[in-house]
Amino acid sequence: MSSELLPHTLEPHPVTGMYNGKFGLWLFLASEVMLFGALFSAYILLRTHGDFPSHEETTLNYKIGALNTFLLITSSVTMVMAWASFKLNEPSKGKLYLWLTVFLSVAFLVIKIKFEYLHKIHHGITPDTSTFYAIYYCMTGLHGLHILGGVIVMLYFLLPGFGLWRKNPEQFTNRIECTGLYWHFVDLVWIFLFPVFYLL
Amino acid sequence: MSSDHTHNPGFIRKYVFSVDHKVIGVQYAVTSLIFLFFGFSLMMIMRWQLAYPGDAIPLIGGWLGQYLVDNNGVLLPEGYNALGAMHGTIMVFLGVVPLAVGGFGNYVMPLQIGAPDMAFPRLNMASYWVYVLGGIAMLASFFVPGGAANSGWTSYPPLSVIANVDNAHHFWNGQTIWLLGMVLLITSSLLGSVNFIVTIVHLRVKGLTMFRLPFFVWAQLVTSFLLLLAFPPLEAAGVLQLMDRAFDTSFFMPTGLVVSGVVRDEYAGGGSPLLWQHLFWFLAHPEVYVLILPALGIIGEIIANNTRRPLWGYKTLVYSVVFLGFMSFVVWAHHMFLTGMGTTMSNFFQTTTMIISIPSVVILTAMLLSLWNASIRFNVPMLFALSFLPMFAIGGLTGLPLGLSASDIQLHDTYYVIGHFHYVVAPGTIMALFAGIYFWFPKVTGRKMSTLLGHLHFWPTLLFMNVIFGPMLIIGLRGVSRRLWDQTEYVLGAEVQGWTVMSSWGAWMLGLSQLPFIINFFYSAVAGKKSVENPWKATTLEWAAPSPPPHGNFAEVPVVYRGPYEYSVPGAKEDFQPQHLSDAKLS
Amino acid sequence: MASSIEEVRKSVRLYLMVFGALGVLTIVTVLASSLNVSVAVGVFVALAIASVKGTLVATYFMHLLGERSTLYWVLILAAFFFLLLILIPVMMHSETVHLIDQVT
Repeated sequence: MSSELLPHTLEPHPVTGMYNGKFGLWLFLASEVMLFGALFSAYILLRTHGDFPSHEETTLNYKIGALNTFLLITSSVTMVMAWASFKLNEPSKGKLYLWLTVFLSVAFLVIKIKFEYLHKIHHGITPDTSTFYAIYYCMTGLHGLHILGGVIVMLYFLLPGFGLWRKNPEQFTNRIECTGLYWHFVDLVWIFLFPVFYLL
Repeated sequence: MSSDHTHNPGFIRKYVFSVDHKVIGVQYAVTSLIFLFFGFSLMMIMRWQLAYPGDAIPLIGGWLGQYLVDNNGVLLPEGYNALGAMHGTIMVFLGVVPLAVGGFGNYVMPLQIGAPDMAFPRLNMASYWVYVLGGIAMLASFFVPGGAANSGWTSYPPLSVIANVDNAHHFWNGQTIWLLGMVLLITSSLLGSVNFIVTIVHLRVKGLTMFRLPFFVWAQLVTSFLLLLAFPPLEAAGVLQLMDRAFDTSFFMPTGLVVSGVVRDEYAGGGSPLLWQHLFWFLAHPEVYVLILPALGIIGEIIANNTRRPLWGYKTLVYSVVFLGFMSFVVWAHHMFLTGMGTTMSNFFQTTTMIISIPSVVILTAMLLSLWNASIRFNVPMLFALSFLPMFAIGGLTGLPLGLSASDIQLHDTYYVIGHFHYVVAPGTIMALFAGIYFWFPKVTGRKMSTLLGHLHFWPTLLFMNVIFGPMLIIGLRGVSRRLWDQTEYVLGAEVQGWTVMSSWGAWMLGLSQLPFIINFFYSAVAGKKSVENPWKATTLEWAAPSPPPHGNFAEVPVVYRGPYEYSVPGAKEDFQPQHLSDAKLS
Repeated sequence: MASSIEEVRKSVRLYLMVFGALGVLTIVTVLASSLNVSVAVGVFVALAIASVKGTLVATYFMHLLGERSTLYWVLILAAFFFLLLILIPVMMHSETVHLIDQVT
């Protein structure tokens, strides 16, 4: 079945008010809430269970964390601006914003890997150092993989996937909207990860 | 889309990497049936060691390899553990769930709501292939050094974390591959559940309101929500355990762990093995309902059809199934009464457990009442469906003592538990799945299955299911632990060895009893009697499509005029009124 | 759902305002963490600020404000089970821990 023939591929369903892709993406995000929920639960447990290093004993640099928070928030704005531009039928502006988002997220990843992970590993701080670093590497690593996934999707829509804009601009804009929803969620997770690991 | 594109997509695109929900449904069904039989075979090997401890396994003993048997062909304790862990994993995650959800859900659900396909056909294909990858990973783990995972299907740490890590092949060993396989299987279920929910909510045809949905679709909807929200925590837990194994982190490793007299100080400590149990059962209890809900859905369809009357209390059934799904998230710690979590928590969870038995009983009662005073057609699907009711009832009722924290102290981790949940899943769910196969076979293949072979399959299967699992309840009440390689080493085990031998023979006979089914399945698919569009005179939409349905399912999009089970309506010309025919057409 | 062209144009300004608010709140949370307060208060303040930021992202960037009740129900369900997960550590700190404390 070619997807063009399926109902509600483009037009929103009268009851839910969403097209298929958007509803599907929200459901996926609901499952992501549970995924990160389990990890946050693990964090709370480890932290309250003893043998968890106090904040003073850990060496995360909150300045780098704050910088990365800022990068991600900015990327969320550029993402939503990219969607708005496509919606307003300004594809070149939309593309520019999308490239900006890619740039900001790559910057986030480079900072995360080069100045945090590699720096720490160089100083012998690895996941098995303590439960704090174990959950830190695990959660930020999983979050980083989400960023990487988002970057790959954005690059797809910018390069080979952009042909869809000429064929069906509405569907393309919808896909950007879904990418955006995912992206804002990833941003939202970081908004919680930052204080939890860097400040508390 | 132009029509030349949709037709003749070539063999590979049509049968291997197909995006058609019907092909994917059949792929799921066949793959999972193979896994079901494979998982069952593992158990048949274990049953030899249990019945005749220390005797070489006949016929195949020499072929099982160094990780399972010794030089004489006797099953090793480690091999026994590996078979046990893999039996559970394969039956649940590679057999029953993919068959009930991936197979039946994929094939029947879109037809029942009148949709041309699933909402995301390519995602559907992806979820099948991710499932296959997970299956391959699980199978491959039998061949890596040290053999397959051997820490039980629950993989409790710290045992599972240190299992095989001393092996020279630190990373690629059974338990690690088990975890990777689980991550793949969970991902597959997740993709599937998103697809199911969107399809059911968005793609219903005109007139098919939520309360006109067949009960089976409701069961699939609730199941999908369970898959969507319960599986991710285990995915997270799996990642944590992977890190414990790969990077020596201590998520589940307590401080000062000593195993077999050796201090395991490569782990920094500070973690908690109980965290795994919580996260695991947060998934695995809803998982129980993932196993049973689609089965209840199938039974509902078949009972309504063969009693020729509406399902008793349709709305009650729907509300019960929704409530059941919700409650299944708040009972998980009743698997953990013996972890010492305290009486407050035990009380809370035994209360919720008693509450969850209410909707289950309501559903079963509604199904039983549907039979009351009906002129029942005893065809093969109906026989399986009827046998499901008492079997599931035994399974459910034997669960009550386990749900109460006081009696669970005696019964925890004994064969009683095994007997209980197998009554739910094997004579329960699997009987329902067989019923579904016999029921929808004519729709899928356009041919009917042989009734004679069906009877030859049904009667011995029902008998031997009980020969296997009945004794387990008795053995368990005597206090025999479920994880013993040789129970005769203990007096209490030796005394009930006779029951164990009986149970083993039941298992092997059950294996033999599947021969008529296998023959029937393949023979009828190519040479069975041709079937008409609606051989059972059923009312739901899948019977409005040709058998087998073509690509796109319906020649013209159907419109629904009535509820799903309008059988024997007083004054009507026929005893069934299909959902898609208007009153004008019926009169 | 901001679907019409006009609405999208209007919401662009809103996005920039939200962006400003998120930036300010990030600075506030960093500053707040340097205050000398008890751990409990610190955790509360940091999580409260993060929740406000998260709500802003969800309501405006993710357009949750304009969605219909179906989606709300799905998210409420997920939120409920999320809370249940978060409660697991609390469960593990009930009586057992106190019993062990009494013994040792």
